Amino acid sequence: MNVPRLLVDACFCFSKHNIRIPTFATATKLSQRRGIYTLDPIDPQEPTFNKILIANRGEIACRIISTAKRMGIKTVAVYSIADAQSMHVKLANERVCIGNSPASESYLLKERIMDAIKLTGAEAVHPGYGFLSENAGFVEQLESENISFIGPSANSITGMGDKLESKRLAAAAGVNTIPGFDGVVKDADHCVEIARNIGYPVMIKASAGGGGKGMRIARSDDDAREGFKLSSQEALSSFGDSRMLVEKFIDNPRHIEIQVLGDKHGNVIFLNERECSIQRRNQKVIEEAPSVFLDDATRKAMGEQAVSLCKKLGYHSAGTVEFLVDENRNFYFLEMNTRLQVEHPITECITGVDLVQQMIRVAKGHKLNITQDDIKINGWAVESRVYAEDPYKNFGMPSIGRLYRYIEPTHLPGVRCDSGIEEGSEISVYYDPMICKLVCYGKDRKEAIDRSIKALDYYVIRGVTHNIPLLRDILTEERFNKGDISTNYLPQVYPDGFKGKQLNVKDKQKLLAMASSLFATNDLRNRQFLNSPRMKIKEKPVEDWKLHIELNEEKYKLHVTQNNGEFIVKVDDGEYTIKKEDIDLAKPLLEVKVNDETDVIQLLSKDASGFYQIIYQGTTYKLYILSQRSAEYLHLMPEKLKSDISKQVRSPMPGLVKTVNCKVGDDVVEGQELCVIEAMKMQNSMIASASGKVKCVNIHPGDTVGDDEILIELA
Amino acid sequence: MSVHTSRTFLWHLRSQVGSVVGQQLRYNSGAAAHTLKIAERIKQKKSDALLGGGQKRIDAQHKRGKLTARERIQLFCDHDSFVEYDMFMEHTCTDFGMEKQKFPGDSVITGHGLVNGRPVYVFSQDFTVFGGSLSSVHSKKICKIMAQAVLVGAPVVGLNDSGGARIQEGVASLAGYADIFQRNVLASGVIPQISLIMGPCAGGAVYSPAITDFTFMVEDTSYLFITGPDVVKSVTNEDVSQQELGGAKTHTSISGVAHKSFANDVDAILQLRNFMGFLPQSNQHPAPIRECSEPCHLDVPMLDTVIPPEATTPYDMLDIIYGIVDERDFFEIMPKYAKNIISGFGRINGRTVGIVGNQPKVAAGCLDINASVKAARFVRFCDAFNIPLITLVDVPGFLPGVTQEHNGIIRHGAKLLYAYAEATVPKLTVITRKGYGGAYDVMSSKHLRGDINYCWPTAEVAVMGAKGAVTILYKGKDDIEKREAEYIDKFASPFSAAQKGFIDDIIEPRTTRWRLSRDLDLLESKKLTNPPKKHGNIPL
Repeated sequence: MNVPRLLVDACFCFSKHNIRIPTFATATKLSQRRGIYTLDPIDPQEPTFNKILIANRGEIACRIISTAKRMGIKTVAVYSIADAQSMHVKLANERVCIGNSPASESYLLKERIMDAIKLTGAEAVHPGYGFLSENAGFVEQLESENISFIGPSANSITGMGDKLESKRLAAAAGVNTIPGFDGVVKDADHCVEIARNIGYPVMIKASAGGGGKGMRIARSDDDAREGFKLSSQEALSSFGDSRMLVEKFIDNPRHIEIQVLGDKHGNVIFLNERECSIQRRNQKVIEEAPSVFLDDATRKAMGEQAVSLCKKLGYHSAGTVEFLVDENRNFYFLEMNTRLQVEHPITECITGVDLVQQMIRVAKGHKLNITQDDIKINGWAVESRVYAEDPYKNFGMPSIGRLYRYIEPTHLPGVRCDSGIEEGSEISVYYDPMICKLVCYGKDRKEAIDRSIKALDYYVIRGVTHNIPLLRDILTEERFNKGDISTNYLPQVYPDGFKGKQLNVKDKQKLLAMASSLFATNDLRNRQFLNSPRMKIKEKPVEDWKLHIELNEEKYKLHVTQNNGEFIVKVDDGEYTIKKEDIDLAKPLLEVKVNDETDVIQLLSKDASGFYQIIYQGTTYKLYILSQRSAEYLHLMPEKLKSDISKQVRSPMPGLVKTVNCKVGDDVVEGQELCVIEAMKMQNSMIASASGKVKCVNIHPGDTVGDDEILIELA
Repeated sequence: MSVHTSRTFLWHLRSQVGSVVGQQLRYNSGAAAHTLKIAERIKQKKSDALLGGGQKRIDAQHKRGKLTARERIQLFCDHDSFVEYDMFMEHTCTDFGMEKQKFPGDSVITGHGLVNGRPVYVFSQDFTVFGGSLSSVHSKKICKIMAQAVLVGAPVVGLNDSGGARIQEGVASLAGYADIFQRNVLASGVIPQISLIMGPCAGGAVYSPAITDFTFMVEDTSYLFITGPDVVKSVTNEDVSQQELGGAKTHTSISGVAHKSFANDVDAILQLRNFMGFLPQSNQHPAPIRECSEPCHLDVPMLDTVIPPEATTPYDMLDIIYGIVDERDFFEIMPKYAKNIISGFGRINGRTVGIVGNQPKVAAGCLDINASVKAARFVRFCDAFNIPLITLVDVPGFLPGVTQEHNGIIRHGAKLLYAYAEATVPKLTVITRKGYGGAYDVMSSKHLRGDINYCWPTAEVAVMGAKGAVTILYKGKDDIEKREAEYIDKFASPFSAAQKGFIDDIIEPRTTRWRLSRDLDLLESKKLTNPPKKHGNIPL
């Protein structure tokens, strides 16, 4: 009953915060200017909805609003308390608050959405992805209220939403499927039994799952037991459904998916494939379209099977049929996503089709205005998912924070940024930590990759830890560039985890040269007092700097001199000339000409103790820059004792304590699970990194913990 | 030989000490030999002075993780800029065999140098000479530079590392302390005085740092206390280590004696050099303006979203401060003490400003005894040294409670009120959210001669929060919820204060930086003096 009150409250808050609603040069607007949507220009004469509601948040809500606006459709945004100041709320024509910050108390509540629809008189709902996008109950409710759902029918969703059911349907439509167990797994022992029957390795996954949640590989009985336990817990908390299924696990597969589009008149076309093999923990990191691996025949075969499945289903919207493709180009049906995919922009780039526009048209009852023959592959597109997460921890552990500085590289050619955030936005624990989908488009794969690398270098993100170091490193990595990838790419290329970009000698020297130029500029600037009220005592002008720099535990000696507006830096055998005018201590990003090449660096922080953080080639480097004298004296200082971290269990990210499996005085062995932290709906098992007795437990189930907080200490 | 030539000769000799024998052959006279002897003695004394208490003690100093007094000065002053005074002074004690142990310069090094091109007087106590103990000569040396610093108008920096009084000198040593205290007090408000505690500082010695404007400490190697652990044990039977009793952690977080601590000597000195850049040379000088390349006319969109949509959700006031100052460069004073209020220095368009802000993240940003005293002292420093004040207000009021009342929140809170009311420097105020009750008055309000007072749209200026107000206004009535809504509607906004002219404008958060920058330029020529008086009577 508190819904109306909530609406009033939050709307009040909102109006208070928005004296002026700024206009945004959104990424999608830019892409439109560059003419990404070439195949299906909007027909302003065609009847369409008057007003639609977007039952989502973040970038996808912004993305949908953008197309709706161009089609002349009014938009309604819904938002939780935490999102009151979000970009999608500002972009929409109307906005309705639907509850508290956790998604389960807002975006996942059908009734609140229904209320918002009634309140605003929206004629249709676009669900985006996630949340209610594949909730058949929601679609039925809409249908009963005569509201159009911009997506497939409830039947299609039910059919494809359940993995067991979908596999049966797919097989019936003549689609290749993976061998596995076609029933519900009862318990951990049953899971082991099934796994043995199919033969290891097997995949244990949530029947209702998606996005890698509630999914684990088992290579032994122990794995199977453990995997069943964790996955079913995760499935329960993420989808409210703990049903599990088990199937043969295909080693080293590629994940390639076919984009399909159908209308309510029985027409279905496929819009080629997307290669989504670069994944970590079954979540996609980098996607590209087309795939280097598919030949025309395979593409056609996959596309035709996908279309056949859709026809069988009577599918009438945008959807994606996912396949695993083994090394011999055998492909197996994985699942079908009955919604707009996160990575849909790369398909839009190479086909020229605005998928959102088509979804809206089709929902209105129009026929597709494009045919299979219209669909070509024009150029190449690469999507890098920029996440607020720490890539050095397990290829990405969520981080949170406020973006105090944020500049998207949309000024570069061929760059499209789909994001739902802006400077000042907060990445909170409540939702997916995605910052942006950076889509780069080029005439061929090389150009798309090169543009991606450049765009990442020009991306300014401050206030949260992000995964650009990993993204950029993958894009420059040899195997990736050869197209030799699989879903195991990350663990294979980085067997010990991602350790950051390894610079070659010349690049390292260039970094050191730029860093010392920053130091010298700062040193000169420190003397520039503009209102000095007295005659200066004649001081010796500073002419040169002898510097010591520590970088990655290696020490370097540099000599910096000045000449004609230039710094000349000598390091080891290298000599580098840097223009003083290129060095600015306040700019978020610097283009520095080093000798004859231009490098891009970002000065993340500096302090008086000589600690500088500089982003170069995607990675943040920590440098200690000291004058020779300071360095010599520092050498005399004792090392501070570091605490023995092997005896501490620290939280890898902000999250919620799910369970605590030990108490003070327990003897634990290395590798034993001590507690489980849930963050971003992932269950993270915290294990003892050494054997010992539990000295103190600082947490209780239900506690929220911050990043790097000490949870449990061992004696 | 004229005076002139003899002097030339002496210098000549000095530069040619290597060829002494040749000189003797050419000028075979008694006078020459004498001059030569003198030259040699000078050289000897100087090189003795440079060694302090000798190599062994220097090594011991290093082993303790500390730099020597000279190394500290070298690091602190610009290259080759240090000019030493009184290298030849020696102690005058003749008791306890002290006459046989003399070190040129005694246990302190004094002089002046440049820090980033600006003059500063500095003394550095030499622990290698008699444990840095304070003799009457030691005191005289310090007093000499302090006197000159006041005359010239330049800061005094003390690098403290002293075991205490020179016991052998008895009361003369005590007199020495008092002489320094007197100088400290007279110089207070005239020139900035900064103490960096880099070793022991115990007994009477502590009061000089206590009087100076800022006291910084080095972690693990420095401590400050009136009486050490042994005496504490014998008097109160409390077991406590030196560090627990008076280490950097204690004084920066519990006692509030020290304003900041640093990891080690090098870190401390580099940070101190940086800190000096925020300060004017004296009370006769304006706040320094340093070159700044960060644009000062642009919106800072980030500021729009700092205040959370729910009035009860805390946020970090530092986010706002970082968004206002140049290059996110903010030198926080007392970051670990009374964290419900933030104080520190930043720059706007290159000009130093003192920033005070309630911290909603800690104790809802209320004013309590410690916060009031912390901010009051900071405000008075800024006022004394012409540093404009920017006050960021989100204060729910003074902290209620028996402990607070019994410990005198009234007189301590009055200190902050007094400090703001007395201050004549440009005073800019931004109310970001709550400005409740007496605390609203205190926090640089219009009524205390605030020059420009802004409100963000989220501001609420009221006598108290809605709940409290309604409980009083409608005691016993049943439609409290409705009344509360009425009250919120009327007072939970900046309008009522704006209508009365208590604030000058309601501004969009994103515009705050450039407005403040513009206002600071405008107020540069502000002239305001308080009535002549001997001194006010701040409720100490």
